[in-house]
Amino acid sequence: MFELIGIPPQALFGQLLLGLINGSFYALLSLGLAVIFGMLNVINFAHGALYMLGAFVAWFLLQYLGLGYWWALVLSPVAVGAVGIVIEKTMLQRLYKLDHLYGLLFTFGLALILEGIFKHFYGVSGQSYTTPDLFKGGTNLGFMFLPYYRGWVVVLSIAVCAATWYAIEKTRLGSYLRAATENPRLVQSFGINVPVMITLTYGFGVALAGLAGVMAAPIYSVNPLMGSNLIIVVFAVVVIGGMGSIFGAVVSGYLLGLLEGLTKVFMPEAANIVVFVIMVVVLLLRPAGLFGRER
Amino acid sequence: MFKKALLAGVAASALITGTAMAEGLSGDKVVVGVLTDLSGVYADIAGKGSIAAAEMAVADYGGTVLGKPIEILSADHQNKPDIASTIAREWIDAQGADVIVDLVTSSVGLAVQGIGGEKGVVTINSGAATVRLTQKECTATGFHWIYDTYSLAHVTSPAVIAEGGDSWYIITADYAFGHSLEADAASVIAEKGATLVGTVRHPFPSADLSSYLLQAQASGAKVIGFANAGQDTINSVKQASEFGIVAGGQKLVALLAFLSDIHSIGLELGQGLNVTTGFYWNMDDETRAFAERFNEKVGRMPTMVQASVYSSTLHYLKAVEAAGTDDGATVAAKMKEMPVKDAVVHDGTIAANGRMIHDMYLMEVKKPEESTGEWDVYKLVRTVPGAEAFQDPKESGCALVE
Repeated sequence: MFELIGIPPQALFGQLLLGLINGSFYALLSLGLAVIFGMLNVINFAHGALYMLGAFVAWFLLQYLGLGYWWALVLSPVAVGAVGIVIEKTMLQRLYKLDHLYGLLFTFGLALILEGIFKHFYGVSGQSYTTPDLFKGGTNLGFMFLPYYRGWVVVLSIAVCAATWYAIEKTRLGSYLRAATENPRLVQSFGINVPVMITLTYGFGVALAGLAGVMAAPIYSVNPLMGSNLIIVVFAVVVIGGMGSIFGAVVSGYLLGLLEGLTKVFMPEAANIVVFVIMVVVLLLRPAGLFGRER
Repeated sequence: MFKKALLAGVAASALITGTAMAEGLSGDKVVVGVLTDLSGVYADIAGKGSIAAAEMAVADYGGTVLGKPIEILSADHQNKPDIASTIAREWIDAQGADVIVDLVTSSVGLAVQGIGGEKGVVTINSGAATVRLTQKECTATGFHWIYDTYSLAHVTSPAVIAEGGDSWYIITADYAFGHSLEADAASVIAEKGATLVGTVRHPFPSADLSSYLLQAQASGAKVIGFANAGQDTINSVKQASEFGIVAGGQKLVALLAFLSDIHSIGLELGQGLNVTTGFYWNMDDETRAFAERFNEKVGRMPTMVQASVYSSTLHYLKAVEAAGTDDGATVAAKMKEMPVKDAVVHDGTIAANGRMIHDMYLMEVKKPEESTGEWDVYKLVRTVPGAEAFQDPKESGCALVE
């Protein structure tokens, strides 16, 4: 069958693996969005800009403090999370009572401001960030050459997604969080500080974006536009997965990465729109998304 | 409700807009419009630097022409032909623009040149690369300045083929510019007896090009050519190195790379790349002096597009002075009569189809140890005379050529 359309199976495996790698970024970003949407009911349009911020923090650390990739992997999400907490505490918090569009517009504006600032100071051609020494080079898998770093991205992304899913679905803290989204007043009456929990959730969600930014830095050049290029696709991923469904966001992230990978072989020109075509189909057939429930 | 809001967001994000910064002036003056990309992928190639270059040209000319003041308008076309067309019409109809320069992005360049032709306003493309501008779609008032896809292909490809690169795979950006460059490269490849093993077209812009690179790697071609630009080229070269393509013995050729791209790729990954350019700052005292002044103003060395905006604006002003009018058709005819001579282009002529013909340079990206500074990235391989680098106007198919 493969020969019929002129693609040898080996090339296909290679493309599937590449799709999985891109899917890792989609999954990490859509996970953060789903956590924030699920817990705060806020559509966080600043997610792409915070992903970009994560990559830039990594670059700053290397450039000005001489701290390499491993430091960045820890410090950058913390820094981005802290920025997120400040945003939530000082601004976003005031919008919960209003229509959701306010949250969307606020975060959208925030994204434009952040991007504008970085564009002004750093231009758009981007800064280069080298691959950590441990992951330099790669290995030949027979059907493709796999750079070690890309392998690491897949492993780390799966680990982080699984851990987050476990924390929210299976732990006591997670159960508080889920309860607080259903009925914040009731949970508060049990002596749990819901506002703090919400703040920390937002901080955690955007820290995931920061982490994805650090992971992306050695692959793509660190540039102010990197977030806005990605965020639209990631939103489509969240819609397909089902709004607020953590499992759905992660699974559809990987799945769409794979599908996009295949499109790049069979019909490269359509690679940018395939995700949106799928979004339309999914919304027609299952308006709540693949894993979402009507609310 | 939530879904509706989220979908609204998806739609809104497609409308991410930059700020148009058109200044509203018209009247008894020469109005130069710099229509460029101020917020997108080509903002470092052209962008603010192009506006600065036009300002330098106006200042160097003395700020007035025929005793009238010279005004500069600028706006962000966001690489979208529809937005660019709206701005161009606005400028011409309401603000009295006499010339529109820069026009980075080929689809934009073609659209605005068409409008200029229809309205008798001079358009000078510096940023757009497609050779179609001076072929069938040429206009009496349309000019194409520092480079085009034809010259890129006809300077770089023969040199690579002569060194034994006789089988090619081309990775192309899927829009007017990429198609044009791919077609020109393919014709050189065929002409020189090399084979084109395959091509793949990727959406513009694409952050991840690994999939296309892998297809190119699997093709077994000796040379992988990138018919893309800006961020796409940067990512192509970076990711090619990541996937061991260079280490595997395939040669990379960036059919179009600007100084800012090489600066961003870095010499470590970029070394050995062949690049064709119409301007490089470190050629002689004149280019160095110009580039230093530009660097003081902008904080970066000029790309060939920015240098070209300077040269073309200056030439336009000289022609207005010589023609004694700012009537588009008259000035355009005068521009074609006069030789192009300034700090950027030392010895250029303009053909009837609007093509400015001058020497092109085949460069090689230096090794890190050969470089003496941040912007010291190229060594000259060969100076290619204009007649060899650019398409013979007689073969262009432009109706203006006898």
